[in-house]
Amino acid sequence: MKRALVTIDGNEAAAYVAHLANEVIAIYPITPASPMGELADAWTATGRKNIFGTVPTVIAMQSEAGAAGAVHGSLQTGAMTTTFTSSQGLLLMIPNMFKIAGELTPTVFHIAARTLATHALSIFCDHSDVMSVRSTGWAMLCSASVQEAQDFALISQAATLASRVPFLHFFDGFRTSHEVNKIEQLTADDVRAMIDMELVRAHRERALSPDRPILRGTAQNPDVFFQAREACNSFYDAIPSLTKQAMDRFADQFGRRYDLFEYVGPPDADRVLVLMGSAAGTVEETIAALSRQGEKVGMVKVRLFRPFVAEAFVQALPPSVKMIGVLDRTKEPGALGEPLYQDVLTALIHAWPDDRGPMPRVVGGRYGLSSKEFTPGMVKGIYDELKKDRPQNPFTIGIIDDVTHLSLPYDDSFSTEPDDVIRALFFGLGSDGTVGANKNSVKIIGENTPLYAQGYFVYDSKKSGSITISHLRFGPRPIASSYLISRANFVACHQFNFVNKLEMLASAAPGATFLLNSPFGPDEVWDELPAEVQDQIITKKLKFYVVDALQVAHNAEMGGRINTVMQTCFFALANILPRDQAIEEIKRAIKKTYGKRGETILKKNYAAVDGALAALHEVKVPAQVTATRRRISVMLKAADTFIERVTGKMIEGLGDLLPVSALPVDGTFPTDTTQYEKRSIAIEVPTWDPAICIQCGLCALVCPHATIRSKVYDPSVLSQAPSGFQSKPWSGKEFPGMSMTIQVAPDDCTGCGVCVDVCPAVSKEVAKHKAINMTPKDEALLARERPGWDFFLEIPEVDRTKVKSETVKGSQLLQPLFEFSGACAGCGETPYLKLMTQLFGDRTVIANATGCSSIYGGNLPTTPYAKDEHGRGPTWANSLFEDNAEFGLGMRLSIDQQEEYAVTLVKALATELGDALAKGLLEAHQENETTIAEQRARVADLKKRLASIDRPEARALLSVADCLVRKSVWIVGGDGWAYDIGFGGLDHVLASGRDVNILVLDTEVYSNTGGQASKSTPRAAVAKFAANGKAIGKKDLGMIAVDYGNVYVAQVAMGAQPLQTIKAFQEAESYRGTSLILAYSHCIAHGIDMSTAMSHQKEAMNSGYWPLFRYDPRTGGNGAHPFKLDSRKPTLPFKEFAMKEARYAMLSRINPDNAERLLGLAQRDIDERWRFYEQMAGVERTVPDLVQEFRA
Amino acid sequence: MSVDLSTRYLGLDLKNPIVVSACSLGGKLENLRRFEDAGASAVVLPSLFEEQIEHDEMAIHNLFEFTSEKFPEALTFFPEIDDYKTGPDTYLRLVEDAKAALRIPVIASLNGTSTGGWTHYARLIEGAGADALELNIYHVVTDPELTAQDVEERYLDLVHSVRESIGIPLAVKIGAAFSALPNMARKLANSGADGLVLFNRFLQPDIDLETLEVSPHLVLSTSDELRLPLRWMAILRPQLELSLAASTGVHAAADVAKLLLAGADVTMVASALYKHGPTHLTTLLEGLTSWLTEKEYESVGQMRGSLSQMNAPEPDAFERANYIKTLIHFGDFGATT
Repeated sequence: MKRALVTIDGNEAAAYVAHLANEVIAIYPITPASPMGELADAWTATGRKNIFGTVPTVIAMQSEAGAAGAVHGSLQTGAMTTTFTSSQGLLLMIPNMFKIAGELTPTVFHIAARTLATHALSIFCDHSDVMSVRSTGWAMLCSASVQEAQDFALISQAATLASRVPFLHFFDGFRTSHEVNKIEQLTADDVRAMIDMELVRAHRERALSPDRPILRGTAQNPDVFFQAREACNSFYDAIPSLTKQAMDRFADQFGRRYDLFEYVGPPDADRVLVLMGSAAGTVEETIAALSRQGEKVGMVKVRLFRPFVAEAFVQALPPSVKMIGVLDRTKEPGALGEPLYQDVLTALIHAWPDDRGPMPRVVGGRYGLSSKEFTPGMVKGIYDELKKDRPQNPFTIGIIDDVTHLSLPYDDSFSTEPDDVIRALFFGLGSDGTVGANKNSVKIIGENTPLYAQGYFVYDSKKSGSITISHLRFGPRPIASSYLISRANFVACHQFNFVNKLEMLASAAPGATFLLNSPFGPDEVWDELPAEVQDQIITKKLKFYVVDALQVAHNAEMGGRINTVMQTCFFALANILPRDQAIEEIKRAIKKTYGKRGETILKKNYAAVDGALAALHEVKVPAQVTATRRRISVMLKAADTFIERVTGKMIEGLGDLLPVSALPVDGTFPTDTTQYEKRSIAIEVPTWDPAICIQCGLCALVCPHATIRSKVYDPSVLSQAPSGFQSKPWSGKEFPGMSMTIQVAPDDCTGCGVCVDVCPAVSKEVAKHKAINMTPKDEALLARERPGWDFFLEIPEVDRTKVKSETVKGSQLLQPLFEFSGACAGCGETPYLKLMTQLFGDRTVIANATGCSSIYGGNLPTTPYAKDEHGRGPTWANSLFEDNAEFGLGMRLSIDQQEEYAVTLVKALATELGDALAKGLLEAHQENETTIAEQRARVADLKKRLASIDRPEARALLSVADCLVRKSVWIVGGDGWAYDIGFGGLDHVLASGRDVNILVLDTEVYSNTGGQASKSTPRAAVAKFAANGKAIGKKDLGMIAVDYGNVYVAQVAMGAQPLQTIKAFQEAESYRGTSLILAYSHCIAHGIDMSTAMSHQKEAMNSGYWPLFRYDPRTGGNGAHPFKLDSRKPTLPFKEFAMKEARYAMLSRINPDNAERLLGLAQRDIDERWRFYEQMAGVERTVPDLVQEFRA
Repeated sequence: MSVDLSTRYLGLDLKNPIVVSACSLGGKLENLRRFEDAGASAVVLPSLFEEQIEHDEMAIHNLFEFTSEKFPEALTFFPEIDDYKTGPDTYLRLVEDAKAALRIPVIASLNGTSTGGWTHYARLIEGAGADALELNIYHVVTDPELTAQDVEERYLDLVHSVRESIGIPLAVKIGAAFSALPNMARKLANSGADGLVLFNRFLQPDIDLETLEVSPHLVLSTSDELRLPLRWMAILRPQLELSLAASTGVHAAADVAKLLLAGADVTMVASALYKHGPTHLTTLLEGLTSWLTEKEYESVGQMRGSLSQMNAPEPDAFERANYIKTLIHFGDFGATT
C-alpha cells in the first residue's frame, strides 16, 4: 500500500497518532510540547475522529499536575487517554505517574524532551526531564527522528496496551519536535491495525464502574505494601518482548524495522558509542564517513531505555568492541555517572557472557545540554578519544571546560556533509515570513520530488526585531543530520541591513550562491557592503545575486512581505526543480497554505512570484575588497570586564566560544546590561517638538522599552549640550527656573509608536503634527539624537524627594530601572514594570513567575533591570511558573526576619551606637522618599560606626544592616500563573497578610507560549484551546482577593486612567499587608494594532470590559466604603470594543451564530459584573483584624 | 377605480415603482421579507464591496503572518481555522437566500476595485441567481494628473467588461458629479448599461471638533435632496431609452410622485426605512395611490415623464442653476416689452 509522504514536524507526527489512538486528551501548554496539544485541540475543534469513531475530548487544564490528574482519572474510568508535555511540566506529573504505573494502567505520554531549570531556565533540548522520571515505573521509548516520532508513538501505544505498563514516548525538543522532515504517514487504518481492541476492552473492564465496584488507591501498611509492590514484577519482565513484538508487527505491516537496541556500523568495530535521541543521526552519518576512511567505529541506538534490557544491549554490541563511549544528554551532579552510562555498566556486569572475552572498557560523557550543537566533528573527537587506552572519563564534548578539564578537543572543520545534499541558509526577520516560506519550500520539495527534505529553524531570544535563521537540506537520501548547517552552498539574506550586523557568510561553502535582498541594484550593491562581506564573497568565490524583494512585494501590494519573492529566487538559483515547475509548485503551495484566507492573498502572492525573477540579477564581483567600512558591532564598550568579556561575546553571537571559566558557577548575572546591546531595530523613532509639548509625561509613561524619557535639570547644564539637543522651561511649580527635555534613545527604541498615539498635544497649524512624531531613522536623525541621548544620560537625575511622583508628569522624572527589554514592540506589560521600578526600584526585590515577563526580564544575553547612580536597583529572580507567589512570600519572610535580627542587634548595641541613632533607626516610618532617604543616611552612619565596634553583634549587624531600609517585595507574573497554575499558592499568599505586592500582568491569555486560553480569557475570545470562542466567562480574581477583606486590590489599565494606575501602585506598596494589582496588558495575542493599543484601553474601560477599581482595607470601618469604582458606568457596547480585536472579530467570521450568542453573553457578563461592582461600591466594610500597623 | 401602479425597470415587470435601495438593512433576510410584505416591488441588496473583501482577507493574513515565527515559544498566536469566510460567499448566500425567500425581483449590487474583480464577482452574483445587477461605481479622484476623460473611460470600460461577462440586466448607479452628465449617461448606455440609478450618496467626511479628527459617516437623506435627481431625471428621460431609477431623497409619497413625473421608472428608498421602518413602504404606496387617484391618473405609466424636460411647460426651469440666472431672465423679459 502506498502511503502519503508528508513533510511535518515531530510534534505533529506524534500528536497525529495520539489523537487517532485516544479518547481523552488533557493538555497544558509548555514549550516545546505545546504544538502537540494545540494540534490535538484544533483537530478536535474541526471534528476529526479517532479510530474509535468518536471525536476525542481535549481539555486544557490549569497545570501539568492538573493534566496528569485528569489523565489518571480518565484512565481509571476506562477511556484511552494521553497527554503531552516537557521539562517542568513532566516534573509536575511525577506524583501521578507513580500512581498510574503502580496501578498498571496503559497510557502513553508524549514528551518533547527539554532541559530542566537549574542554574537557569532553558527551553531547549536535553534529557534532564525524562531522566528525572525514570524511577516512576514507566517504560521509556526514545524516538530519534520525525519519522520515528510517529512510528514510536504507535509502537508505544500498542506496547502499553499489551504490557499494561504506561509508556513515556520521548523525542528531542526542537531538534525533532520542531524539525520539518519528509516522512511516510500512517493512515487511520494503520493505527487501527496496531491497536488490539481486545486489549482496549480489557482496559475498560479493569476500570471503575459502579456496575462492578472495586476500590483502587488503598492505604497499605507494613504488613503487605512491600509484597504488593513486588507483585507487578512479571509485568515489567514482559515489557521488552511485548515491545519487540509491537516493533516486529509494525515492521511486518509498514516495513520500518526497529529494535530495543540497534547497532549501526561495521561488524568489526572496536569503538562503539551508545546514545539515544536525535544525535544518533549525526553519529550514523559520521560512522559512514569514518568507515570510508577505514575506521572501525559503531553505535548502539537505545530505543527502549526503561526497562533497560541488559541481555539485548550486550547482544547488540559487535563482538569486536573494545571501547564503549556512552553519551548522556543530561547531567547528574554527584552521581558516579549519568544514567545511561550507569545502565550500560550495569548491563555489562549483568549480561556480559563469560565466554565472550574481556569486557570492553566504558567511559561516559555529556553532550548537547540545552540544545548545544552536536556535530560530526564532535563525534569524531569522541571516537578519537576512544582510541586511547584510558580515555577521559567522564568527558564533555561541545564546550571548552578550562576549569575541570573534562572537555574533549575536536576538529570543528570535520564535515560529513555529502556533495549531493543542497544545504541552504536563510537569514530573515521574524515578521518577514522567511520561516513560513521556507517551511513551504521544504514541503514543495519533500512532497513533489523524489528528494528528501529537512527544515530546522533557529530563532533569537528577543520578542521584537527578532532574527530567524532557517537551515534547509535537500538530498537523495533520508536526511538525519541533526546539527546546524555550517557549510551552506546557498545563503540568502532577506534583510539588507543584516550585512552590517551579522556574520552570515562564514557559513558559506566555497563556490556557494549568495542571494541578497537589496534596495541597491547589481551595479550599486558592491559599494554598500562592509569589507568583511566583500572579502568573504571574493575569497570563497561566491556567486552573488541581488533582488529588490521589497520593491517586488510592494508592486504586488504585499507590503513588507518579501517571503514569496525570496522563495522564488531561491528555487530559480538552487536548480532543484526546473524553473517553470518550481514556480507552479510554489503557487500550488501558496494556494494550499493561504487559500483559506481568500483570493486576494493568492492573487498578491502569485503577483510577487511572477515579479520576482525579472528583479533577480547576478552581481559582477570585483577582484578586490574596496570597502573601508567594517561591520557594525551591536555591543557598546563597557567598563565592567565581565560584561565586556562574557556578555559582549553573547551579544556578538559568540557565546558558544565562551569557556566554562567565563561563566558564573551559580547562575548569578549582573543586571543593567541591556544598555550595552544596541540593536537599532526601529525604522522610525519618535522625535520631540518642544514648541507644542505640554509636559504631560504620557509618552514616557507608556513607553514599553523606556526609550523615551523626560528629565528636569538646571538650565546651566545646557552649555555642554550637543547641537540639536532640545529643551524647554519646566512648567510646574516644584522646579522653578529649571528646564526639561524629552529625549529618545534612537538605537534602543523599537519604533512601536505608542508614545505618538497617546500624545495629547497637537499643532494648531497642522493637526497631524504632535509634540511627539514618528520620524524616519536616517543618518541625519541619528547624528542628532545619538549625541542627544548620550548627553541626556549625563544630566544628573532628579532629586527624588522633590518629585510629585503621584502625577504622571512627576513619576516620569524618576529614572526607569527597567529598560530596553526584548519585549514585543508596543508591549502592554512592560510599562507597568517600568513604572514600578521608577517608583520603588531602588529598594525592590522581584519574584518573577515564568512567562513573558521572565523572558524579557531574564533571558540572556542582557538583562533590562537597571541600577541608579548609587548602584541600587531591582534585584530579580525566577523560581518556577507554578510557585511564584510562594517564592515571593519566602523573600518577604526572609527579609523581615533579617530586619528583626537587625532591630534586635541595634537594640543590643544602642549604647555604642548612640541612642539618637538607634532610636532613629528603630522608629523610622519610611513612608515616603524623604523618610526613606533619611533612613538610608542613618544606615550609612550605622555601618561607619559598626566598623569601629569590635563585637560579634556589630559584625552580625553589618551583614543585615541594609534590611533596616524598607524593602519592597514584588511578585510579578502573568494570568497563566495567577489565574491557573499558580492560583493555589497565590491564594495562600493573599491569605497570609504579609507585606508583598502582587502584580498580575493580565493579557487574558498565555502569551509566552503562543496564545492559549487561561481562566482569565473572557467569554467569546478566540484563543488556542478555545478555537470556537471561550464558552465561559473570565474568573474575577480581583473579587476573590477582595473577599479576604484585608488584601489591597486594584484593577488598573494604564492607557485608560494613568493617574489611577500610579495611585494604585503607590497605595499597594504603602500598604503593609498583601496587595494585588491586576493590570490590563494588551498583547500581540489580542490581534490588535499595537501602536494604538494604549488608547484602545480607554475603550476597554468605557465598555465596562475592564472596570477600574481599588479596594483599600485602610479605608474601611466607621461606615466607610473601602471598594471604590474608578471608572464610570459603561457607555460603549462591548461589541464595539471587541470588534477592534481579532480575538473577538475572528469569531464572527468562524461562526456568526455562535459569535452572536457568545458576544451577547459577554455583554451580559459585563452588565452583571458592573451591577455587582456598583453594589460593592456601596458596601460598608470593616476588617476586624486590620491591625494598626497595616495603616501606612 | 384602481390605479395601475405597475412599471418596468431593467426589463423586469414590477408591481409598483417603489424599490428598496441598496442599504445595510437589506443584508438581513428577515428585513427583506418585511420589505416585500410592506409592498416593495423589488429590492436592491447592499453592495458587495471588493475592497472590503480584500481588506478582510489581508487583515486575516496579516494577523497570522505578522505575529508568526518570531519567537521559539510562540510560533503562532491564533488557532488556524479552515474557513475565515472572508470571500464573497456570505454575500452570494444572501443573494441565493433572498431569491428563495422572495417573490419580488432581487437586484444585487457590486462595488469593485479592479477590472478583474468587477467581472469575477459579477459572474458569481449572476450565478447566485440575482435578477439584475447594479454597479455601484465611484471612487474619489485625487490625482491631479488624471483627467475627467480618463476617469470616464475607466467607467465605460468597466461597464462594458461587466456587460460582456453577464447576461442579466445591468444598472449603473452613478454620482452626479460629471461635467457633462448627459454625454456620460449616453456613453454608459452605449457601453451596455440597461439602466441608470440617479444618484449614489456617498460616505462623506466630517470633522470632530472635540478630537480634531476626521470621521467619515453617513447621514440619512432628506426630501430636499431629491431635487438633484429630479432635475437630471427630467433632463435625461427624453434623451435615453434605458431604465432610470431615482434614489435620493425619497421619503414621502409626494417625492415618489415628483420623480415619476420627471421620468423615473422606479424610485428607490433607504433613509426613510431607517427612520420609519419597513411599513413605511406601505405608507408610500398608499400615498402614491391616493395622489394618483386624486389627480385622476389611470396608471403610473401614464404620468411617468409627463413633466420631463421635454414635456414640461417650462423646460428651461430644469436648467436654471442658480438664482442670478432667474433674475437676469426676468430682466431680459422686462427689456423686451
